[in-house]
Amino acid sequence: MANTAGPDVATPEQLSVVDRIVAEFSTLRGALIPMLQQVQEEIGYLPPVIMERIAERSGVPPARIFGVASFYSQFRFEPVGRHIIRVCEGTACHVQGAVDVVEAVCDELGVAEGGTTEDGKFTVETVACLGCCSLAPVIMIDEDTFGRLTPEQARDIVRNYGTAGDEGGAKA
Amino acid sequence: MPDQSTSSRVTVGLSSCGVAAGAAQVYEAFRREFDERGLSTPLRRTGCIGMCYREPLVDVDTEGLGRVTYGGVTEEQVARIVQEHIVGGKPVEEFAVRMEGKRLPDEAYYDRQVRLVLRNAGLIDPESIDEYIEAGGYEGLTKALTEMTPEEIVDTMKASGLRGRGGAGFPSGVKWDLARQQPGDVKYVIVNADEGDPGAFMDRSVLEGDPHSVLEGLTIAAYAIGAAEGYIYARAEYPLAVRRLKMAIADSEERGFLGMDILGSGFSFRVKVKEGAGAFVCGEETALIASVEGKRGMPRLRPPFPAAKGLWAKPTNINNVETYANVPWIITNGAAAYAAYGTETSKGTKVFALTGKIVRGGLVEVPMGISLRDVIFEVGGGIPDGRKFKAVQLGGPSGGCVPEEHIDIKIDYESVTKTGAIMGSGGMVVMDDRTCMVDIARFFLQFTQDESCGKCTFCRVGTKRMLEILDRITSGEGREGDIERLEELGQQIVSSSLCGLGQSAPNPVLTTIRYFRDEYEAHIHEKRCPALTCKPLLTYEIDPDKCIGCTLCVRACPVGAVSGERKGPHVIDTELCTKCDACRKACKFEAVIVS
Repeated sequence: MANTAGPDVATPEQLSVVDRIVAEFSTLRGALIPMLQQVQEEIGYLPPVIMERIAERSGVPPARIFGVASFYSQFRFEPVGRHIIRVCEGTACHVQGAVDVVEAVCDELGVAEGGTTEDGKFTVETVACLGCCSLAPVIMIDEDTFGRLTPEQARDIVRNYGTAGDEGGAKA
Repeated sequence: MPDQSTSSRVTVGLSSCGVAAGAAQVYEAFRREFDERGLSTPLRRTGCIGMCYREPLVDVDTEGLGRVTYGGVTEEQVARIVQEHIVGGKPVEEFAVRMEGKRLPDEAYYDRQVRLVLRNAGLIDPESIDEYIEAGGYEGLTKALTEMTPEEIVDTMKASGLRGRGGAGFPSGVKWDLARQQPGDVKYVIVNADEGDPGAFMDRSVLEGDPHSVLEGLTIAAYAIGAAEGYIYARAEYPLAVRRLKMAIADSEERGFLGMDILGSGFSFRVKVKEGAGAFVCGEETALIASVEGKRGMPRLRPPFPAAKGLWAKPTNINNVETYANVPWIITNGAAAYAAYGTETSKGTKVFALTGKIVRGGLVEVPMGISLRDVIFEVGGGIPDGRKFKAVQLGGPSGGCVPEEHIDIKIDYESVTKTGAIMGSGGMVVMDDRTCMVDIARFFLQFTQDESCGKCTFCRVGTKRMLEILDRITSGEGREGDIERLEELGQQIVSSSLCGLGQSAPNPVLTTIRYFRDEYEAHIHEKRCPALTCKPLLTYEIDPDKCIGCTLCVRACPVGAVSGERKGPHVIDTELCTKCDACRKACKFEAVIVS
């Protein structure tokens, strides 16, 4: 759903998702961030048309919504792949060779950091720290964590992930 | 032979690191094995057992045998552990890392540790409030609400000497007192669980392993300052911690440790979890408050401090996870028992996430006053692969690198600060002679540059300019005067930034220049990286005397840069070479020379 609607048009389903969430959170104080988190959770990302709808329904100025959304790294303005690969670039991972792991993953998938593969299967992100420092270097695919990696192992994991026919459903 | 199957119980460490190492599969393997054999041995889960370097970890407690910890457990080993230990009553010593009654080499990891904050971590099921209560949980809260006045609690906290474990080290009792004395009926308490330092996982482990201890500490603080509402601001990257916290809140409400009229004392208190959205600066207390209010998480000028004007302009007390987790222990055991640990100015214990180039890395808790050397070499077992210790990084992006000449300092707030580093929240990353200090400085600055909120010019633009200089140096284009420029800019950023992020952002650069200036100079003047880390400064060559022409390197090279006749010496085309290191790793004769 998220991948088919262009950023200028929202589907009626998406709009009703937004309306329901805004109604749910509107009475709570300081609710803008959890509200955006919930919308992103259900729609997958926050295109301008969705943020405008949130503004319209909540009475919060669009500039404020975009200001908050663009401040936090969790919020995305582009659709993402079905699986998100998070390559840890924390200190422990860095001293154990995370740079080579990032390179290997991006090279294997033919994308840049932050990019999504052409088939829409993976989005590759780097993150500051996954907190599994003793297993450095670490990558996380969706909820699965893989530790003590060499660049070659990282390639293998990415190459084989979801190929056994068990690839999970769409994220959004 | 007696059947031990019901006199044993098996506990699997299922924290995030354990799961990443395969603990969930091990847990399932035990369940399958028990089912197939028809055994009714209890199978439990717990949080971080602490020996992260040995994950996955499994404890088997057996009547008469005590506790045996197995490390690096694989699914294949499970059948033998069940057969020999649980059924046969004889521990499988070759898989064991800790055994009651017998000293194994890994015991050295625990000799110097004092586990107050981590008192329950790795022992209880974090999802069971009953196990927490059985371990003495909520005794502190009961004592506080039924036997103590708020003033007495604040006095106890002051007397304990506990200082804020988030990094700044402000005395917690004094902070509580400031909030308590503020006029007004509406006050708040907040847990800062926005653990953002790369290389630090203390708070995650506490929240995942013992969430009730933090809740209990928070509730005691709320009673002491007179707050009826509390927030836990947790990092969104820690989904398991968030889930366990929410479960702990629901369970303690049900048991009457939270909610209306707690334990019949007339005191009411509610807690909500707020998930962060990914901004390092929100670890700063005024930024965190802005974020809870639903705004951009930008720091503001202090004073007024949150104790006077915090969340929604009301008096607010903020402490971090570890600080709150100390509180129930202090209330139960008394201030004097806590202050018996530590030094004159820094009391109690500190939890560190010991990682990097270290033999035994993991979550450790040591008394203040222990030397850095003892933590690294006695607890951590020193540097692996026979390499040489170079520096230890304390305090993450706000901290600094402490070189060998200073590792005999005692760990307390003042001594660590004197080295140019900071105590920080507990990240302790060990580096050996293969770690380039210029690269590390660049790494941290890149991080703070990304995370600068942009409010103060010196932080926003200054860190960018510093990063450009460091990029230049590590790519072999360093210029005369670059070191001096870094120092000058660094000092200006420190003095012209509003919050802790900017004030400390240059620390990693300034401390590495202070202690490892020669490495900067080698990069700039000789275009050489002494630790062989900065790729643009490396060249790969094959030693013709050592090369036997086995062609392994040719096959390993992804870009076809190696050529040569079979059984004759090979050469690397440095124009094509991407310095990926594959040839050096493939060579069995150490013929690939990096310089």
